[in-house]
Amino acid sequence: MERLSVVSSPHINHADSTRGIMADVLIALLPASVAGCILFGWRVLLVIAVAVVSAVIAEFVCCKVMKKPVSIGDLSAAVTGLLIALNVPPSLPLWMVAIGSIVAIVVVKQMFGGLGHNFANPAITARIVLLVSFPAAMSTWTAPLGSVSQIVSGATTPGETIDIITGATPLSQTALAGDYYSYTQLFLGQTAGCIGETAALFIIIGGLYLFARRVITPVIPVSYIGTVALMSWIFGQDPLYMILSGGLMLGAFFMATDYVTSPTGWKGQLIYGIGCGIITSLIRKFGNLPEGVSYAILIMNLFVFYINKITLPKPFGWKEARK
Amino acid sequence: MQYSEPILKAVKKIGGGVMLPHKKRTAENPSVPLPPPEKVVIPMLQHIGAPCQPLVKKGDTVYVGTKIGDSEQFVSAPIHSSVSGTVSAIGNIMLPSGKECQTVEIVSDGLMTPDPELKPFFVNSKEDLIAAARASGLVGLGGAGFPSGVKLNFSPDKQPDTLIINAAECEPYLTCDYRECMENSENILEGIYLIKEILGFEQVIIAVEDNKPKAIKALYEMAADSRDVGNKIKLMTLKSKYPQGAEKVIIYSATGREVPMGKLPIDVGCVVMNVTSVSALNTFIKTGMPLVNKKVTVDGNAIKEPKNVIVPIGTPIKDLLEFCGLKTHPRKILYGGPMMGTAVLNTDMPILKQNNGILAFGRKGAFKPDEHNCIRCGRCAAVCPMRLRPFEIEHAQNIGDIDRLKALNTDYCMECGCCSYACPSKRNVTQAVRLAKTKLRAAR
Repeated sequence: MERLSVVSSPHINHADSTRGIMADVLIALLPASVAGCILFGWRVLLVIAVAVVSAVIAEFVCCKVMKKPVSIGDLSAAVTGLLIALNVPPSLPLWMVAIGSIVAIVVVKQMFGGLGHNFANPAITARIVLLVSFPAAMSTWTAPLGSVSQIVSGATTPGETIDIITGATPLSQTALAGDYYSYTQLFLGQTAGCIGETAALFIIIGGLYLFARRVITPVIPVSYIGTVALMSWIFGQDPLYMILSGGLMLGAFFMATDYVTSPTGWKGQLIYGIGCGIITSLIRKFGNLPEGVSYAILIMNLFVFYINKITLPKPFGWKEARK
Repeated sequence: MQYSEPILKAVKKIGGGVMLPHKKRTAENPSVPLPPPEKVVIPMLQHIGAPCQPLVKKGDTVYVGTKIGDSEQFVSAPIHSSVSGTVSAIGNIMLPSGKECQTVEIVSDGLMTPDPELKPFFVNSKEDLIAAARASGLVGLGGAGFPSGVKLNFSPDKQPDTLIINAAECEPYLTCDYRECMENSENILEGIYLIKEILGFEQVIIAVEDNKPKAIKALYEMAADSRDVGNKIKLMTLKSKYPQGAEKVIIYSATGREVPMGKLPIDVGCVVMNVTSVSALNTFIKTGMPLVNKKVTVDGNAIKEPKNVIVPIGTPIKDLLEFCGLKTHPRKILYGGPMMGTAVLNTDMPILKQNNGILAFGRKGAFKPDEHNCIRCGRCAAVCPMRLRPFEIEHAQNIGDIDRLKALNTDYCMECGCCSYACPSKRNVTQAVRLAKTKLRAAR
């Protein structure tokens, strides 16, 4: 008789897997990616391909060098790569895109022990590294080719209008000074900006998919975006304009909700979301930078350990035991 | 179907827990008795507490129900022969828990003659009932195996008001409690009356998961019985969610009371008894026959004909597998359900009192998926019915941080297995918490 397997209970597992969760995130990023391609042209596809492929190769090489099982199958490197692509301007030179991916995977993720052990979000950190290393390239903006419907219906030929309004993201001084963009333009992404951050509608669609699949809960996105709206109202800014601009939507739905670098439990997530919102608003209002989402999330990443500590739930029967 | 009396709904919703595939394939199969086994091996430790000393020696003749092991200790339960025949050896065995104990091996004469000295047990007082519970060898048949004589022997200043009859049976596959409700409802009802009257409970709640409509009907008829003066016996349906049947969880669902950390159900005025335990206690009081048989669900993907089988305690698993037929070589055999069951080393292992299932799995289902890195998704914490943070306990256990383990209330884990089940990285979180508990006990 063949030997019996003797292991500790439980003996069944839920069907959800890490790979499945990561695949869900990739699916949820699809609308924003497609919107980016339509809005900014075919080069976006190239940026995405370079970011994803270099992230996956970096992960593969790291695992080989560190003599660990190769973990590219869990798709987490692909998610990081895609997020980096969505967080850079459409015109960024491809070698810079690759550097972003390599920094994210090698320095931020693998050097701290791989998936689950990094304390900062790799994609966010990569964006910041690129921003401080290549400030000019990272703030060279391309105007969108037109509206999604215009492009699809052929009303605007790709390339025809390119570079006409270079340089004004919704949060830049020029844009804030006048009525540069309408709500509809912001909502549909017809603004200058990073590849995946301009089209709020498509990011929200992806976010709703993640809610429906129960990959994330609405606590972080809602508290983050809500806090930014409230703070900008206090500062006398236009709340709706502020939440539809910059990297907030992408950050709130896809970056701040990264499991590894966000707190466990709704209480901690609420604190974290509000913290991100406050820091973002403060940077936008008082900082020299037009945008604060990346820094806000990175700073709050550092607090996750402490937030988790102070929000440790009281166990079942705790209240009664105290009496 | 319409019920004239309302069926109660859970008072509180459980926090955490997981929805499991029920897989209760044997639910509608009437239980069948196993033909008398050739030989039984009866371990002297089938309960939480002190092991028994064998009272027989090699060559002794025993009958069904003859006491063959007992202990002087308070927390213990006597053990009885499940067949008639001759004691062939006093041996040793290592149980799946890792504990070693003595065994009494009995070669059956195939006649299953009951012990002529067995007679009904008259119960008129609390002391009688406790003595009966002890003498019957009864242990908690839900799987824990806590001696019932000890459970019912509460001090008079802790008079409980609520008796909860646990018919939740929240583990997948297992249907033996369900069959007991269907097949022995009269016996259960008599047991409930007896316990309620003697111990003075104000209310009895029969709690069952809502995925068992036929059992609900059978139990409803019990609860609505005309003998129930003052309508003190009530039926309550609970959401089918694992671990609904866990003692602290079922008390919370049924009464809204939280058992304080480190306390017992009696401290919130509750006693929880498994439905089959009540039935077995009444059988003993009525006939004098102690706990010698157990209804066991035999299922799993390696079993040809899944069945509920009435098995003499001490029967080797292989007899049961033979009786139900094997489709394929089993690669994993469990005592109990897939969530809390223990894997056994070989098929010579005997059936114990508290076994409610024998599950045999072939290649598919026997092996766990590979573990991956924890991504701190927090699902283990979200499903933990004790509101712990299993992934942090696992981490603290891995680095050996005793202080952190204490701060994380590791002790209150009941090892239900929800954390490992829910983990998308397929980590053995429950196992890590178990190790952590052992480490904490050693550090104390």
